[in-house]
Amino acid sequence: MAGAVVPSRVVLEVADLSLWYGTSRALSQVSLEIPEKQVTAFIGPSGCGKSTLLRCFNRLNDLIDEVRIEGDILHEGESIYRPEVDVNSLRKRVGMVFQKSNPFPKSIYENVAYGCRIHGIKKKVDLDDIVEKSLTSAALWTEVKDRLHASALGLSGGQQQRLCIARAIAIEPEVMLLDEPCSALDPVATAKIEDLIHQLKESYTIVIVTHNMQQAARVSDQTAFMYLGELIETGDTRDIFTTPKNRQTEDYITGRFG
Amino acid sequence: MTARAWRPREDRIGKFFTRLCGGALAVNLLLAIGLLGLIGFHGTAYFWPKGVAEVELVSGDVLIGEVHGWEEVPADRAATPGERRMRLKIGNRDLYGLDFRWVSESEVARVGYPADIVLLERLEWGNFYGRPVELHPSGVGAVDLRAGLAALHAEKIEQREQIEDFESGPLADVNYELEDLRLEERRIRLDAEEGAEPDSDRLAAVARLKATASKEYELLAAQLFDRRRELSRGSVRMQAADGQHKSIAVGDIVRILQPNEMGLFASVGLYVSRVWEFVSGDPRESNTEGGIFPAIFGTVMMVFLMSFAVAPLGVLAALYLREYAREGPVVRAVRIAVNNLAGVPSIVFGVFGLGFFVYLIGGTIDQVFYPEALPTPTYGTGGILWASLTLALLTVPVVIVAAEEGLAAVPRIVREGSLALGATKFETICKVVLPAAAPGILTGMILAMARAAGEVAPLMIVGMVKLAPSLPIDGRFPYVHLERKFMHLGFHVYDVGFQSPNVEAAQPLVFATALLLVGVVVAMNLVAIVVRNRLRRAYATSAV
Repeated sequence: MAGAVVPSRVVLEVADLSLWYGTSRALSQVSLEIPEKQVTAFIGPSGCGKSTLLRCFNRLNDLIDEVRIEGDILHEGESIYRPEVDVNSLRKRVGMVFQKSNPFPKSIYENVAYGCRIHGIKKKVDLDDIVEKSLTSAALWTEVKDRLHASALGLSGGQQQRLCIARAIAIEPEVMLLDEPCSALDPVATAKIEDLIHQLKESYTIVIVTHNMQQAARVSDQTAFMYLGELIETGDTRDIFTTPKNRQTEDYITGRFG
Repeated sequence: MTARAWRPREDRIGKFFTRLCGGALAVNLLLAIGLLGLIGFHGTAYFWPKGVAEVELVSGDVLIGEVHGWEEVPADRAATPGERRMRLKIGNRDLYGLDFRWVSESEVARVGYPADIVLLERLEWGNFYGRPVELHPSGVGAVDLRAGLAALHAEKIEQREQIEDFESGPLADVNYELEDLRLEERRIRLDAEEGAEPDSDRLAAVARLKATASKEYELLAAQLFDRRRELSRGSVRMQAADGQHKSIAVGDIVRILQPNEMGLFASVGLYVSRVWEFVSGDPRESNTEGGIFPAIFGTVMMVFLMSFAVAPLGVLAALYLREYAREGPVVRAVRIAVNNLAGVPSIVFGVFGLGFFVYLIGGTIDQVFYPEALPTPTYGTGGILWASLTLALLTVPVVIVAAEEGLAAVPRIVREGSLALGATKFETICKVVLPAAAPGILTGMILAMARAAGEVAPLMIVGMVKLAPSLPIDGRFPYVHLERKFMHLGFHVYDVGFQSPNVEAAQPLVFATALLLVGVVVAMNLVAIVVRNRLRRAYATSAV
């Protein structure tokens, strides 16, 4: 396990994690550390288990029947798979943005305020404040401030994805999980989201899954390469892309397969 | 090698199939348009005033009446082959016993439309066709018979309205009070321990109140009697077509018309007035005349009550099936059972409603809450509440299926978005899934309402009647009387068309009532569709 350039506190630690969907094994004995306030990118060909691993961090895999997990994930040193863990408060601390933008069929304002309302913030003044701050952080405020109460579904794809980021930011998570957030977007929208990721890592720990190696190189501090459910190599992004230690990593990065 | 020119393949079967599909649709449309057109035409034409013909027969007899259509005389009775005959509404049921009469072409000597023929629409005995001869008392009519009759009629209409107000006002109040006191007395006797003497003080108090109320009732009844006698004073002597004279109380007349001298304007006015009477009035003459307002009211109210019952029941069941139950053989079996429930004949639901709601639940309610009224049942007999609940059972499969489909259409990724924000499953369902599925659920409600509004068979045994004495909602506490029996447009069609003593006279009413039933269903569906479209706009699913 290669250390990060800047020594940093570990927020999430994956310890020997294996996962099965029914009888097929999706992850095998993955161990990894996610440092605080840095961007960690998961790369690898389709079906290598990147998204599955990501969804273990906020236990979204729990929703799928017949999932079996061995090993553990530690958040701030404590297992998130202990029976007494409140999944909802875990998910409040570990936010997520999905591959396909999924705004709720509500107004822009209600989308951002949704999480806050769920977690007990009811006052309009507070909500207004949070909505503005979150949309500003997601670089969307100037575009939508005049139509906050219009349907979120009227926004463009890129705007919707930024709205989903704003929605995740609004409840002030510690970790943000981004599951291929740009895969459905055009280059301009992608560039905007990448800029945003750069800004967000000042305040949040970010884990991003991406198909796009350039994107991983551009945005991440640490990169993990996965293949067939196994973590092949992890390390400082610059090292991985310039001097990969593993043959498979090198083949993938140079485009020989995948 | 021979060169073969490439030709587009003729898709004959495809073309034929396309035409077949189009043809099937066309047949469906034609049937629907034909059905609506027939009902619409006959239903609306009924109210238009017809000319009244005076028919002189070869035999010298004279008939007066409205021509209600022509047809060929059956071959065995025709004088000449292909002879036609007319259906003449001669009215004057009190004189002739029959409203209609067939007149063959060969019998007719002359047909005229004299302006002085008067049509009296009466409260009883149907229409009277003839000519007024004199007024009684004659003082008014001496100058001008027509003007005198009109003036007297206007006066009588006012008196009649006053009597109606009186009956439904003070007289009804006293009646209710007396009934309440009777029940109160019984309650006191029931409250008393077995064998012990009932509370004599309370009994005495009730008896005193009862005495006062009875006295008041007698007073009011006497007043009513006087008013009625006053109303019946004043009559017009009419001469029928055959020269018979008949004295008719002016107080019994609804309208006095001279159809043959009415202009377009007057005809339109009469049309509107007749339609209004039909839509807003109470039925009379065993439903063959008057209006059908109670039936419209009963239908709409029953459908609304049913909607209130079926919406939560169906949606909650669908939520459980789709969101909470683990998919497996049990859930699949339940789903199949629900779908099959939709195919159970409706009369079976009626029988179930009678046994379960009326006898079991209603009977129990009566014993616990209304023992003083027994053996007269309160809830232990058919009523609008039980009818609505029976229909709710009948339509719940439709709602469940539609709601399940609506819920299934909400993308999984939207649910995950909510869960990933830390919302519980319940919060996700309430705040995201249900609003997004609402249009689909409403579609199910629309189907359920349409089905319920047209259902007749099960209602016949759980509370629908051919003539309800009072509406289920009125001004008397507790205002909504869910135990009351009610009238229904669908049953009214059946009753008027097939159970009426005067089928021929009632036939146009069948069309008019059917038209109204269709109208009510369409109106309720339109409301639901507007609501659904609003929801759809508000919660439109992602277009990305």
